[in-house]
Amino acid sequence: MIESLLLNLDNLLLLLFAMCALVGAVLTIVLRQPMRVALALISTMVFLGGIYGLLGVHFIAAFQVLIYVGAVMVFMVYVIMLLEVREHEGARYSKLVLPGLIGFVLLVGTIGISVWSGLPPAVVAKDASTGAAFGITKFSVAFLNEYWLHFELTSVLLVAAVVAALAVIKVSRRGKHG
Amino acid sequence: MLGLAVALFSLGLLGVIVRRNVLVMLMCMELMLNGVILSLVTFAQQTATTVGAVLVFLIFVVATAEIALAIPIVLLLVRDKRTLDIGAYTDLKG
Repeated sequence: MIESLLLNLDNLLLLLFAMCALVGAVLTIVLRQPMRVALALISTMVFLGGIYGLLGVHFIAAFQVLIYVGAVMVFMVYVIMLLEVREHEGARYSKLVLPGLIGFVLLVGTIGISVWSGLPPAVVAKDASTGAAFGITKFSVAFLNEYWLHFELTSVLLVAAVVAALAVIKVSRRGKHG
Repeated sequence: MLGLAVALFSLGLLGVIVRRNVLVMLMCMELMLNGVILSLVTFAQQTATTVGAVLVFLIFVVATAEIALAIPIVLLLVRDKRTLDIGAYTDLKG
């Protein structure tokens, strides 16, 4: 009993983390206060980091926690606390929730059916924990040998983002003075 | 894991469609990105290639740039209207 449990520990943990991530994602939609939504999303991201670690890509797990939870979501929480607009008496969902739901079901159904029928059966049937893990050595060699152009392009993107953020700040200053 | 990725993506899409709060919509977009990243990691791990992991890194950069641009825009909108409700921004329809 115990041995079989220990043998399947990876799969059990994977299932547990997947369930927790799914619950966090549902809470993200259902909860009312933005801060609680942010906390649910953070828990989802942490559980996803655990899934990445179990799948054997540890560096992506580390970057998931560092970048997403450590940078993006902290920024988000900071902005929620900064704005602090109290308007919880309003409706949680949009007025167009029913047409939105119908459109969502149609869209996801269409895309899902078309993608699912187009997938090769080996991808669908394969268990998630059967693949081989690869370390950061292989990744970084491939990253800087084959994908250096994409790496440079992301730095161009970051420069563009900085310039755009400066432009947004300039617009806000002009609005304040004029 | 692919099913979880699809579920995360569709829940995020549903959140962007039905929620009213601008910040919650932004967070649901992050949820969609997380679903995509999970699918990429699963594919990379199944095929034991590094392409998926490289793409995940590029998505991290894009997500950071996106959030760094979206937050100042939201701040400007809120300073203009004093509300986070997406229904107040109907004059953006043009």
